[in-house]
Amino acid sequence: MKHSYWRLFAVLPYAAALASNILIPPVIEIDELPFRGLLAALTAYFGTRGLLALRGGPYAEALDRGARFYGAVGVVFMVWDVLSSKTGVLPLPFFPGPAQIMEVMFRERSAHAVNCLYSLRLFAAGFAAGSLFGSVSGILIGWSDRWHYWLFPIMKVVGVIPAIALVPLVLIVMPDTFSTAVALVAISAWFPVAFTTARGIRSIDRTYFEAARILGASDFYMLRKIAIPGAVPAIFTGISTATGIAFSTLVVSEMIGARGGLGYYINLAMGWMNYASVYAAIVIMAILFISVLTAINGIKNRLLAWQKGLIK
Amino acid sequence: MIDYDETKTDLPVGAFPAVALPVVVEVKNVTREFRDDRGNGIVALDNVSLSVRQGEFVSLIGPSGCGKTSLLRLIAGLDEPQSGEILADGEPVTGTSHERGYVFQQANLFPWKTVEENVAFGLKARGVYAQRRSDVAEYLEMAGLKGFERAYPHQISGGMAQRAALVRSLINRPKALLLDEPMGALDSFTRMDLQEKLLELWQSFGTTMILVTHDIDEAVYLSDRVVIMTPRPGRISEIIDIASPFPRNRSSAIFVELRNRVLEKFHLAGAEPPVEYII
Repeated sequence: MKHSYWRLFAVLPYAAALASNILIPPVIEIDELPFRGLLAALTAYFGTRGLLALRGGPYAEALDRGARFYGAVGVVFMVWDVLSSKTGVLPLPFFPGPAQIMEVMFRERSAHAVNCLYSLRLFAAGFAAGSLFGSVSGILIGWSDRWHYWLFPIMKVVGVIPAIALVPLVLIVMPDTFSTAVALVAISAWFPVAFTTARGIRSIDRTYFEAARILGASDFYMLRKIAIPGAVPAIFTGISTATGIAFSTLVVSEMIGARGGLGYYINLAMGWMNYASVYAAIVIMAILFISVLTAINGIKNRLLAWQKGLIK
Repeated sequence: MIDYDETKTDLPVGAFPAVALPVVVEVKNVTREFRDDRGNGIVALDNVSLSVRQGEFVSLIGPSGCGKTSLLRLIAGLDEPQSGEILADGEPVTGTSHERGYVFQQANLFPWKTVEENVAFGLKARGVYAQRRSDVAEYLEMAGLKGFERAYPHQISGGMAQRAALVRSLINRPKALLLDEPMGALDSFTRMDLQEKLLELWQSFGTTMILVTHDIDEAVYLSDRVVIMTPRPGRISEIIDIASPFPRNRSSAIFVELRNRVLEKFHLAGAEPPVEYII
């Protein structure tokens, strides 16, 4: 039971940060309620988890494992808050405090929501197109020697070019800025998916194909039932890599002439020297990105249930 | 439905008048050469001829590199000879066929399919699943895999996986089943268990069996005939009839004598030199 003190450490810094925020007056004009709301919510959250952990078991172990990190984040909140809004040690406007960021997030929540949706729409369209096109071309290159001969060298050369370098070309080809951004995101997602898929199919054990053929499978049946399911782990490795690359392409392409989205919002806020908004957008971006990754992981775990417990 | 012949099981299969039955697999003067990394030719099979009759259980035995697996792959249609001919049911072999099932050394079940889906694979691939759907459960039960239908291959033991691989081939009702050291990777208890299962399935289906093995006991225990092969170049040196009725007793005097005879021929065949090539 020696770890149970760490449970206190998970909750106490948030309570202390809340107390210091209420007790110390700010040196700038600021609405601190959203930040206090966040700290109160986190205090309540970790307090509840601590109470639930009193019953012991794996739930308590999970909390004990994470407690030091959770608590450290609370300490950072408190110190950061004191150094910025409370004392002005960190120079403004470049380094706003957590309370200012929360203030912006709360005040401009509808603008953020709209820009999030813009980014998500662009991501969904570009990423879906890129990974679909990537897995199809990867399957063709991995499956057929002829496709491999002609396309693999091209893919290797085109794939290493950062999508952003293609902006001038894509701008000429595409009719408007949205489709330009979609194309850029799609291109950046395409390469990692296509490459790992092709490699995945090529590395499937030859005897699976031999066994399938002897059992009476046609070439097309083997493609559908052996090559593609066998390549799914590789496809998802590619998709995970592609998510990060596509996301950074997304933000950059939104900065060059889009009319909405988190990248656009950051550019706009920077123009107004509104750094609190910039940081707010970055925080939202991180949350958005983590959610997308979690969703993709969920799909992957469902599709790869056959691998569970398999040590390769 | 399984073609189960009541009268067959009571008869000692080895005592069948094999001569009267048609030849299912015929290997005629087959030569197969491979090239190693340095481009040197290795003769895996040199002018090999062999006939296997319907319902026969034939074992190919020999040291590594004697070409026994190469021969099996040629019969399966997974490979082509440089010269000579292989006939299955009188027709030249030009590729694989579900009429000639193949069981690999590693069970080779598709890891992304459940045991049940693996067994049903041949039926689905050939488009006969709709008519024969109920067979899947029957074959799974024969393999002692009831209750493991939904398991993935990595969740079952090696012996279970091989039994699943056996019925996955047998569900296609092949004329011949080619077995490439299917018991090589198993521990001795599991191996004996699988040998019994194999005999049981052979006697109930009457499928022609060609088994590649390096285990003399296994060959003598299971086969009507044992084909002894020698390496470099791969040749058949001797074919021994095992005229002993089933079920065989591994410790009986006649079994021990037969085993010793095979062992003696094996040594006479000069199966001593160290292994340099594994084909």
